[in-house]
Amino acid sequence: MEPILTINNLTKKFGYLTAVKDLSFTINKGNVYGILGPNGSGKSTTLGIVLNVVNKTSGDFHWFDGKTSTHNALKKVGAIIERPNFYPYMTAYQNLKLVCQIKEVDYSKIEEKLEIVELLDRKDSKFSTFSLGMKQRLAIASALLNDPEILILDEPTNGLDPKGIHQIREIIKEIASNGTTILLASHLLDEVEKVCTHVVVLRKGEKLYSGRVDEMISSYGFFELKCDKQDELVTFLESHGSFGTVKVKDRLITAFLNEPLESASFNKLLFEQGFVLSHLVQRKESLEEQFLTLTNNK
Amino acid sequence: MYRLLNIEFQKLKHSRASKILIITYFVLLTSIALIAAIKFDIGPIKFHLAEMGIFNFPYIWHFNSYIAAIFKLFLAIVIVSMMANEYSNKTLKQNLIDGLSKKEFILSKFYTVIVFALISTVFLFVVSMILGLCFSNYTELSIIFSDMEFLLAFFIKLVGFFSFCLFLGILVKRSAFALGFLFVWQFIEGIAFGILRWKTDAETATSVMQFFPLNSMSNLIKQPFSRLSAVQSVANQVGEKFDFDYAVHWYEIAIVLAWTAIFIVLSYRLLKMRDL
Repeated sequence: MEPILTINNLTKKFGYLTAVKDLSFTINKGNVYGILGPNGSGKSTTLGIVLNVVNKTSGDFHWFDGKTSTHNALKKVGAIIERPNFYPYMTAYQNLKLVCQIKEVDYSKIEEKLEIVELLDRKDSKFSTFSLGMKQRLAIASALLNDPEILILDEPTNGLDPKGIHQIREIIKEIASNGTTILLASHLLDEVEKVCTHVVVLRKGEKLYSGRVDEMISSYGFFELKCDKQDELVTFLESHGSFGTVKVKDRLITAFLNEPLESASFNKLLFEQGFVLSHLVQRKESLEEQFLTLTNNK
Repeated sequence: MYRLLNIEFQKLKHSRASKILIITYFVLLTSIALIAAIKFDIGPIKFHLAEMGIFNFPYIWHFNSYIAAIFKLFLAIVIVSMMANEYSNKTLKQNLIDGLSKKEFILSKFYTVIVFALISTVFLFVVSMILGLCFSNYTELSIIFSDMEFLLAFFIKLVGFFSFCLFLGILVKRSAFALGFLFVWQFIEGIAFGILRWKTDAETATSVMQFFPLNSMSNLIKQPFSRLSAVQSVANQVGEKFDFDYAVHWYEIAIVLAWTAIFIVLSYRLLKMRDL
């Protein structure tokens, strides 16, 4: 796989506070990555370092094959961090024209990208007259101007209303479906769960996990069951080798698996044992549950 | 270099405040011509400033560059705010993320400073030339094109002063405070001169003070008034004789150029060091 960003032992200290501690990971082409972590876990600092606005204390990073300078590599990157920053006295079009000049891209892209974020009809309005949602969409249009190899988004839905959040997510999904590599930093887990294939989990500047979302914790998921003969079923499950803990809450039995087990064959087995289920769901832990398990364990 | 200038020009072009200040500045430069209109005609006393010899070549180069330099403050406001606003709008951060390097950022500002200074100098040249051709008593080519070093000094003075403004914009990050700092600095140099004068003698004080940034810039073009023949003849009558060195010296230019380099390098260092 083709690496886009490689980070080795990156450390950043603000005085005596270590914001990023010995962080290493690689971003490969074609995947959608999430950087997860509570507020203050070093997500934005890490992105700031690779985007040339924060100085690293030690370690190193390089873009692509490492042969281009950081600022030239950034011309092939689209990034939005925190609030959208534009010149308030310039119109949407003028602001994007400036970005084109910096990135050395043709002006013809401007209208195309404004169309994607549905701002074409406001292109001659001053940036200062935009709502937060529109500003954020303009920032996305600006990041897309150069048809970037990778799109970096830091908390893209922060501070938006539900409609704005929805719009931004749809745009992100659309971009991801075109095969653009995306790096999404967020503390909103469902956001990451909905779009990301890979995840890097940070806590207090340290990496807890990096890899595929579905391999984050070694777990085979669990069954949710309902049955008239509840007590007998619990006894049966506890004696069965495939199950670990079994919990009962409000007539709903939750049984955690120790090894892989298909729901069809499990249903067949129970029926043969004389248990008729009124409810059967096989699930994996949500990212939120996995994340909490991970951050609490260490 | 063209790309960097273009970027900076794009930023300035759409800012109404900058546009007004820049236009005001050039209108004021042109207004030097209005001095020609100063004319008192009260009975027997006839006084026409344009005929006092202030527009004589080559004196006009000295006089006009001295007067024009007073208006540089208008452009200074533009330059301080074009730097400080990048901080307050956080667009500096966005520019860097978009792929401008920190060096390119400083260079784009510095090139703009040079272009401003260059346009001002050309403008001054044209205005003075026209005024001179209208009012000067001497119009021989060799006289017209003598003493041109005042134009060079004017250019260097502007570049130095604007570089100082750029540096203050980066250092202080707020336009109003940066301009305030500029006045405070002027004050500090004044006090420093006072103290030196008090502790040592006038000669040592002057020779030390010529190394201070604002002082070195104002030393480039000295006051032209006492050079005027009318003033000198009045002085002669009261038995006073001026012995004043008006020339632009190479070492004065060198000091200002050194300050320019220091300010630009310091700006770059500061930008490089800071986390945004």
